[in-house]
Amino acid sequence: MDAAARTGASNAEKGASTATRNRRTSWTPAWVPYAQAAPLALVFFLFFVLPLVATFVVSFWNYTEYSIEPAFVFSNYQDVFYGCFSGSSRLCTTFATYLSTLKFVAIVWAVTLFIGFTVAYFLAFHVRTLPMQIALFMVCTIPFWTSNVIRMISWIPLLGRNGLVNETLQSIGLIDAPLEWLLYSDFAVTLALVHLYTLFMVVPIFNSMMRIDRSLIEAAYDAGASGWQTLTNIIIPLVKPGILIGSIFVVTIVTGDYLTIGIMGGQQIASVGKVIQTQINFLQFPIAAANAIVLLAVVLVTIWGMLRLVDIRKEL
Amino acid sequence: MTILTETRGGVTRRSILKGSAALGGAALVTKVTGFPALAQEPVTLRYLSTAVNQSPAIAEKAGEDLGIKIEYIAVTTDDVAKRVITQPNSFDLVDTEYFALPKLLPSGNIMGLDAKKIKLADKIATVIRDGTVDGKKVGLDGTAPTEVLYLPDEEATEFASEPTDFLTLIPTTYNADTLGIRPDLIDGPVDSWAALLDPKFKGKAATLNIPSIGIMDAAMAIEARGDMKYADKGNMTRDEIDATIAALIEAKRNGQFRAFWTDFNESVNLMASGEVVIQSMWSPAVTAVRTQGIACKYQPLKEGYRAWASGFGLPIAIDDREKDAAYEFINWFLSGWAGAHLAKQGYYTAVLETTEQAMEPYEWAYWFEGKPAEKDIMSPDGKLLEKAGAVRDGGSYNERMGAVACWNAVMDENIYMIRKWNEFIAA
Repeated sequence: MDAAARTGASNAEKGASTATRNRRTSWTPAWVPYAQAAPLALVFFLFFVLPLVATFVVSFWNYTEYSIEPAFVFSNYQDVFYGCFSGSSRLCTTFATYLSTLKFVAIVWAVTLFIGFTVAYFLAFHVRTLPMQIALFMVCTIPFWTSNVIRMISWIPLLGRNGLVNETLQSIGLIDAPLEWLLYSDFAVTLALVHLYTLFMVVPIFNSMMRIDRSLIEAAYDAGASGWQTLTNIIIPLVKPGILIGSIFVVTIVTGDYLTIGIMGGQQIASVGKVIQTQINFLQFPIAAANAIVLLAVVLVTIWGMLRLVDIRKEL
Repeated sequence: MTILTETRGGVTRRSILKGSAALGGAALVTKVTGFPALAQEPVTLRYLSTAVNQSPAIAEKAGEDLGIKIEYIAVTTDDVAKRVITQPNSFDLVDTEYFALPKLLPSGNIMGLDAKKIKLADKIATVIRDGTVDGKKVGLDGTAPTEVLYLPDEEATEFASEPTDFLTLIPTTYNADTLGIRPDLIDGPVDSWAALLDPKFKGKAATLNIPSIGIMDAAMAIEARGDMKYADKGNMTRDEIDATIAALIEAKRNGQFRAFWTDFNESVNLMASGEVVIQSMWSPAVTAVRTQGIACKYQPLKEGYRAWASGFGLPIAIDDREKDAAYEFINWFLSGWAGAHLAKQGYYTAVLETTEQAMEPYEWAYWFEGKPAEKDIMSPDGKLLEKAGAVRDGGSYNERMGAVACWNAVMDENIYMIRKWNEFIAA
C-alpha cells in the first residue's frame, strides 16, 4: 500500500513537472535539444544506419566475378543456407560455423563470468580502501594498453611446439613430446578470448557490486545467513544487471570475432567473420551482405533473449 | 586484414585539383592546371600493388632518372583486384597478377597498353608471350599469361585469340612456386607434391587460405598421389572441385595441417618457428626464413611448378600526362636496373637481356644460370643471402620456368569453388 501510495505521489510529481514544462518557463527555445542531439544522430545516420540499409539492400542483389547488379533475389540467402535443409546427416557450412561459434560463446561466457565475478568480488568486498580499489582496478586494465592483436600474438611463442610452456614441461620431465594442442586449437582460441574479454565482465559486475548497500549484507549476517546464502540470496540477485551487461559484451564480441579465431586457431577453425571476409575478397559482396544480415539477426535475437531474463531498465 | 598505406595520405594535389575542377567547372579554377609553374612540377604516379613489389629503391631511382614521383599504394593480392574494380580512379598504374585479368578486364576499368610505345615489347620473355621456355612449351593449365596477354584494341573487354599490338599487362615479376621444406627437420627426400598430404608430415604441414591458390596446390598434391587426373587444374569442373575439397577435408580431419596462412609473413613465422616443416610457400618467404639463419629449401618437385606472373596495367580513366609518364616509367622499368633489383630477391623479370646487363656476371650466373655462387650473394639491401658456393634451389631459369606445370588461376566455377572452400575451412 505504501508502495502504491509512493507510485501515486511520483506520478503526481510527474504530472506537475509536465504541466510546468507546458507553461515553458525555460528560456531555451524548443529546437535546442534537437540541435544538441543532432551531431551524434547525424554520425549514427551516416555511418551506421545508411551502411546497414545498404548492406540489407545489397544482400538481395545479383553478382558476377566483377560486378554487382541491382535485383531482388533470394539466391544469396539460399546460398548462405545451401545444404542446410537437405536432410543429410552432415551439417551445412553455415550451421557448422554457427555451432562452432556457439561453442566458443558458451565456454568463453562461462569462464569469463566465473573469473570476472571472482575478481569483481575481491575488488568490491575484500579490498577495504577506495584508493586501493582504484589502483587494483587500474592493474586489471593494463593489458588494454596494448592492441589486442599484440596481446593475441604474444601467446604464440608461449604456446608453440617449441614454445616456453612446452620446453619448460619437457625440461622438468612432465612430458616427453611437445603438447600439440596448446596452439592452433580450440584451447588456444578459448584461452585468447578469455584473456581478451574478461575485463568486459569485471567492469559492469564490479560496478553493480559497489552499489550494493552494505547494510543489506550486515542484515543478512545478523539474520544468521551463511556466507553462501548471502552470496546466492543477496549479492547475485543484486549484481544481475552487471552480469547481464558483461554477458552482452562478451557474447556479441565473441559471436562476431574472427581475428582471434583466425590467428589462434591457425585459420583452421571457421568463423562467420572469416567467411564474410573471404567472400568480400572475391568481390562477392551480395552473399557477404546476406551473411552479415544473418549474423546481425542472430546477435539481435541473442540480446533480445538475454534482455528478457533481466529487466535492465528497472535495475539501472 | 587490409593494410593500406598511401605515402602522402589519401588526398593528393591532383585529386584536389580534379575535385575543384569538377565542382566549379569554372574556367578560372580549371585554368590553374595550365599555369606553367605547376605544369613543370614532377608528375606523380599512384602505383597500386602488393607490398612485395614495392621497393623504395625503385621509386627513388625512378625519381632520379625520370623525374617521376612514384607514390606506392600497398594492399594485399585480393585487394588489388578489388580496388581496380571498385575504385578505378584511385591509381594511375597497377601491378597485378595475370590471373586476375578474367575478372578485371570485363569490368572495363583497365585499358590495353600499346606495344608500339613499349620499346622492348618484342623482347619480353617468351614464357609470357607464347608460353615457351628455350623453345619448349610449358604447362598452360590455369590462367597462363599468354592466354590473357593480347587485346584486339585499346579499350577491349575481351581477350584476343592471337598476338596483337595491345597488351593487357607488361610483366614486372614472375616466378615458379613450389613447396618449402625444413631439411633439418625432415627425414628422407621430398620429391613430389604428394608430400603435402603425406601422413608422414601429420600436424606439420600447412597450406594457404587463399582459395584460388590453395586449391591449385591441393590439386597438384592429389594428382601426384594418383587419386585423380584433372583435365585442367586451373579450371576445374564442379565434380573435380567436390573431389578436391573432399580430399582436403579428409586430410584436415586426420590432423594433417598445423595451420593455414593468408599473409606471406605468417608462412615465414610458421616455418621459422618449426610449427610447420612442409608447406606451400612463396620464393621471398623462403629467402626471409633463410636470412634468419634457419635452413629452408624451396624444393623442386617432379610434377613441376605452379607459376604466377604479375604486370603493369593502366586504368581506363588515366589522364594524358599521367599516361605518358606511365609509359615512360614502364620503358624505364624494362631497361635493366629495376629488373636487376628485383631479380636479386629471386624474381624473374620481363626482359632477361637488360637484366643480365644490369647485374654482375656472378649474380646472373647464380640467379639465372643455376651455377654455384662465385662470391657471397647479397640481397639488394646488402644482407647476406647465400655464401659462396651455394646453388639456387631448382637450378637455372630454363630448368625452373621450363618445368612449370600450371599457373595461378581464376576458374569459371569460382563462386562455387569459394563456397566449397568455406566448407573445407568449417569442416
